[in-house]
Amino acid sequence: MTVPALTDLQRAIIDGYQQHLPSSLTPYQDIASELGSNEADVIAAIDDLIQRGLIRRLGPVFDHHRAGASTLVAMAIPADKLEQEALSLNSFAGINHNYEREHQYNLWFVLTASHDQALQQRLEAICERHPWPVLVLPMEQAYHINLGFPLNWNGGADDVCAKR
Amino acid sequence: MSVQNAEQQLKFLLQQGLPLDSRPYRVLAQQTGLSEEQVLQRIQQWQQEGLIRRMGAIVDHHQLGYNANAMLVFDIPTEQVDMVGETIAASGRVSLCYRRPRRPGWHYNLFCMIHGRCRDQVLQQIAQLRQSLGLSVFPFQILFSRQQFKQCGGDYFEPDAKGAANGN
Repeated sequence: MTVPALTDLQRAIIDGYQQHLPSSLTPYQDIASELGSNEADVIAAIDDLIQRGLIRRLGPVFDHHRAGASTLVAMAIPADKLEQEALSLNSFAGINHNYEREHQYNLWFVLTASHDQALQQRLEAICERHPWPVLVLPMEQAYHINLGFPLNWNGGADDVCAKR
Repeated sequence: MSVQNAEQQLKFLLQQGLPLDSRPYRVLAQQTGLSEEQVLQRIQQWQQEGLIRRMGAIVDHHQLGYNANAMLVFDIPTEQVDMVGETIAASGRVSLCYRRPRRPGWHYNLFCMIHGRCRDQVLQQIAQLRQSLGLSVFPFQILFSRQQFKQCGGDYFEPDAKGAANGN
């Protein structure tokens, strides 16, 4: 496994601030105080993480249901057309989390919109341009949502990932 | 701009993350016409109301070495699915757990997401999950991700129709 080079400050930011930010008007100053650093270094460290694509942003995660409408969509696309279709789909507004997965339904993405009707319109426009077999799988119930789990930087002695 | 429009504009701007500025809420205040304190207060209110689930660093797991990501889907009898979903959620072994509808040719109604640093680790986690929670009887499939074509936040909020306070 390769972990990109991170400074101690960058690891500390990722370890400490996935779930919350200090609730003051100067959150970066407060993070700096909590980590024994200074504000300019904290801002530069976060900026570098974003520039390198290691964190996407620092900010709120909106609740899917309360924020608007969304659904998971799966398409079954011939293998030789997959990449071209996936990249073309990316240009539609509201598509995110667009992944190839190992299945007959090989392209999975989340479609979002401000409300149900707008979602439906986006879906129809997509299916018209990309008429592949499709599964529309809106969330009916969330039992658990938290992608801010702690990261394991070192595998440890029984690291199954280090064995090869 | 009305308060309602200003709030809409604020939500739109927040989707792109907090500005990297010593006073991020002041930047957002200038772009919405709210005061700096109002911006922070709205964000805190939305957190309390559940519109904002968490506030923090949104990492790209793939880029950080979490190269294996599996969607684990189960076909659970309808009358048991809530109980099983809650049991899996409480186990802390998955990062997401949702119920979704069945479709013709697609019988799976419970979806979990498991992130790991390699495929073997994720397979091990899935085996442990199925065994320890007594899920072995339920049909399942593991859909590992291959290529990531796009990964970004939702696009729920549109900019305020009348434009931002700074005239753009």
